[in-house]
Amino acid sequence: MLDRELKKGSAELMILSLVEDRARHGYEISKLIETRSRGTLRFNVASLYPLLYRLEDRGWIQGRWTEKSGQRRRRYYKLTAAGRKVLSAQRNTWQSFVAAMSRITGLENA
Amino acid sequence: MPDFRDEIRRKLAPLRLEATREAAIVEELGQHLDDRYAELKTRGTPEQQASAAVLAELEERDLLATRLRKLERQPRFDPVPAGGPWHGGLLQHLGQDLRYALRSLRRSPGFAAVAILSLALGIGANTAIFQLLNAVRLRSLPVRNPEELVYLKPSNSHGRSGNFRGNFPIFTNLIWEQIRDHQQAFSGIAAWNSTSFNLATGGRSRIAKGMYVSGDFFNALGILPAAGRLISVADDTKGCGLPGAVISFPFWQREYGGNASAIGSKLTLDGHPAEIIGVTPPGFFGLEVGMSFDVAAPICSEALIDGEWKNIDRRDGWWLAIIARLKPGWTAEKATAQLESISPGIFQATLPERYKEKEAKEFLGWKLAAYPASAGLSNLREEYEQPLWMLLAIAGTVLLIACANLANLMFARANAREREIAVRLALGASRSRLLQQLMMESLLVAAVGALAGVALAQILTRVLVSFLTTSGGKISLDLAVDWRVLGFSGLVAVITCLFFGLTPAMKATATPPIVAMKAGVRGAIGGRERLGIRRVLVVAQVALSMVLLVAAFLFVRSFQKLVTVDAGFRQTGILVADLDFTQLKMPVEMRNTFKQQLADRVQALPGVESAAAVNIVPVSGNGWNDSVHTNASGEELQEVAWFNRVSPGFFKTMGTPILRGRDVSNSDTLSSPAVAVVNETFVRKLFKDKDPLGQTFKVDEGATKPESVYQVVGVVKDTKYRTLRDELTPIAFVPRGQDKQPDTYCSIVMRSDLPLDSLTTAVEHALAEINPSILIRFTVLKTQIRDTLVRERLMASLSGFFGVLAAVLTTIGLYGLISYMALRRRNEIGIRMALGADRMRVLTLVMREAIELLGIGLVAGAALSWWASRTARSMLFGVKNTDPTIFGAAVALLAIVALTASFVPAQRASHLDPLEALREE
Repeated sequence: MLDRELKKGSAELMILSLVEDRARHGYEISKLIETRSRGTLRFNVASLYPLLYRLEDRGWIQGRWTEKSGQRRRRYYKLTAAGRKVLSAQRNTWQSFVAAMSRITGLENA
Repeated sequence: MPDFRDEIRRKLAPLRLEATREAAIVEELGQHLDDRYAELKTRGTPEQQASAAVLAELEERDLLATRLRKLERQPRFDPVPAGGPWHGGLLQHLGQDLRYALRSLRRSPGFAAVAILSLALGIGANTAIFQLLNAVRLRSLPVRNPEELVYLKPSNSHGRSGNFRGNFPIFTNLIWEQIRDHQQAFSGIAAWNSTSFNLATGGRSRIAKGMYVSGDFFNALGILPAAGRLISVADDTKGCGLPGAVISFPFWQREYGGNASAIGSKLTLDGHPAEIIGVTPPGFFGLEVGMSFDVAAPICSEALIDGEWKNIDRRDGWWLAIIARLKPGWTAEKATAQLESISPGIFQATLPERYKEKEAKEFLGWKLAAYPASAGLSNLREEYEQPLWMLLAIAGTVLLIACANLANLMFARANAREREIAVRLALGASRSRLLQQLMMESLLVAAVGALAGVALAQILTRVLVSFLTTSGGKISLDLAVDWRVLGFSGLVAVITCLFFGLTPAMKATATPPIVAMKAGVRGAIGGRERLGIRRVLVVAQVALSMVLLVAAFLFVRSFQKLVTVDAGFRQTGILVADLDFTQLKMPVEMRNTFKQQLADRVQALPGVESAAAVNIVPVSGNGWNDSVHTNASGEELQEVAWFNRVSPGFFKTMGTPILRGRDVSNSDTLSSPAVAVVNETFVRKLFKDKDPLGQTFKVDEGATKPESVYQVVGVVKDTKYRTLRDELTPIAFVPRGQDKQPDTYCSIVMRSDLPLDSLTTAVEHALAEINPSILIRFTVLKTQIRDTLVRERLMASLSGFFGVLAAVLTTIGLYGLISYMALRRRNEIGIRMALGADRMRVLTLVMREAIELLGIGLVAGAALSWWASRTARSMLFGVKNTDPTIFGAAVALLAIVALTASFVPAQRASHLDPLEALREE
């Protein structure tokens, strides 16, 4: 499992990017993280939802109860305008960081 | 599928979240766990294992609760679920209501500004007056345990004759000593007298406020020195000379910069050196509220300082007041009983020799009594207490009128929010909850208004005090804001809030929701009932304004009459110089000539039209009276007449015409027959229609001396003697040169057109040439007279201001109401106009409502004014409290102003386009 510190710092970036294209609910987000990281990263309930609520408080994502026909109502999260700005900034930061790390440690691009 | 929600709830329980919030989280997380479980089951995991795995996600070291706790600590702002039960306690709702009220007020800044400003002014004015009343009447003395203090007074004295000095000339020194030695009710007893000391040694006087105090004065009051020591019993012994003087803290700061070197340095009191032995603590001003003192000396020193004129041994020298501290367990009643029992002995031992039989009998029958004195004694209080209470009543009425306007505004606001309130009621909101929210707005406005009012009051109080301050001296009052003042303004704020907030709010929440939602801009049918209250409010406003206007007119007229009253002498252009030549140590037989010399010297100055010496300056508050009798008219007539001793030229200087006979002259000396010039009232009362010239009258000189006989040589026009308010009394003017016992004081009145400064300098120089040790004090007669009218001026100005303010507020109220009523009847007016009614008719229609309200209000107001004006009777001068012209003027003014105010909306209504009015629904 990935180091807890790394995971914490990147969690926000992950969630923001996952709701960039369309609104998703909590379980969907956690499944996506698991599959796209090929099992490396896993968020359980206790970690995911507090994070979602924090992002919502800051106004970067917006949660809304939506009822689709034939289903129970679920809470969907989508990216807000403010969130979009933050996402772009965080992406840049992350890219610069990775590039710098590579140069220092002599890692090659995977 | 197992239900994970219970488990989630259990985890969230310690967070004590709000019900809705918890439910939402539980639902969301519950779904997540259900999905997880479903996924595991699809993969083939057995039920129990799957359940365990899912629950394990929750278990992880209670992370869920911990993390959520950090987030959920910020209160989530949920809209109040309409009709929700009382969750979370009173305070939470209070905070919500406060925020709601703030938002609501911020959306209508105009209303908020008007409301807060009106309240600030109204509450401020009331608080200012109350603060003054508090300082003058209610506040306790800054001494130890003031509630134990009483002052002594004969309970049954009807006046006495003799020599009076000071502000409270209740006892003589001998009576004081007797009481001190024979009382049993008090653990401490002290006497004092207020006086003034001239600190100068020559030339321009430097007057300091002084006190004579008995030895135990400071000890009995529990006063400790700020520096040095205070006068003690050892200092106050007969024949003590001048062992030392105590100065007050402010005096110490002012004159010595608070320097310790002041102790032990010397002061001059009326020419006698005194050593400063100590300083009283800051905050101690003596026992008379409104006064202060600079220097205090022991009572025994009066003998030295006043010299020839000492009062201390005179059996009829009244100058001391007595204060005492009750022994533990004693009450004022018990003390009075004890004092009554020792009274006969005391008065027997102190009977003045010169009292004749009748007066002596009365004196011997006096009984001493003790009265509560926790608030000290005060002449200021006597003079101003009644006017201040009256002003408070007036200011309170103005506040009521302003509140009526606010109530009308609140009604209008409530009307506008009818729909919103109706919807919420329909959705199940509790009425009391809504009421609380609406009241919160009123409470907020009242609270802010009150705070601003208290701040404003500090300024207003100072303005009021400066108003009352005369050239004679500053008024010293402790104007600090104490619990009484805050309590008062708090109470006023609450009452006003209830008054203008509660009724509209209750009415607003009482409308059945369905009715409110159907109504148009006119407002609900229930509005008719609301309109009834608004009408009553306006009528009340008119009535109260009428009362205030009548009061204002009465006081203004009274003041005007007083200022223009014929005093019998000319008030302008006269300078008075009070001279004291005690230090010259002139023998008695030379004094009369010397005084004439002084007057002549001043008269000779260039620019001085006329000058004369006089004993008692007119309208200075001083006086000298004696009992006179004569049977010149055939019957024996007796009156109390007032006397004055004047030099030739006095009447010319004062501009009082001599009607018959002659002025006093320099040939009226001690070796010629005693003569007098009398005034018209004297003639009328004592000589009836007999020609007074050449007639004689006798003056009662007491039991020990023969009567004096005077011959009338002239008659002058009536003049005012002690105050402008006095009735005209018999006055006899006797010649300067025939004074058998001249003292070392002399006042010179002079008439001149010179500017004040150059005149005073010239006089000073001229008198210094005669002798530089003469002490001089200048007063302008006009200023001195004006100072005696402060009370009347206060009432006139303030009642006038409040009266106008009340009229303005009422006008606004009437305007608002008529506008609203016209608006309500738009449809009706439109129909009428469509059916052919012309502008005039519409105008009349609307105005009729206004006239109705005005009429009822004026009638009620007139009745109320008639009843209320009786309380002011004693404060009026030259005008009756039922004066019909004043009532008429008030009615006229109010009617004109109010009708103009209602004319505007009526005019607007009559210019209505009928189609517009009908279209609107």
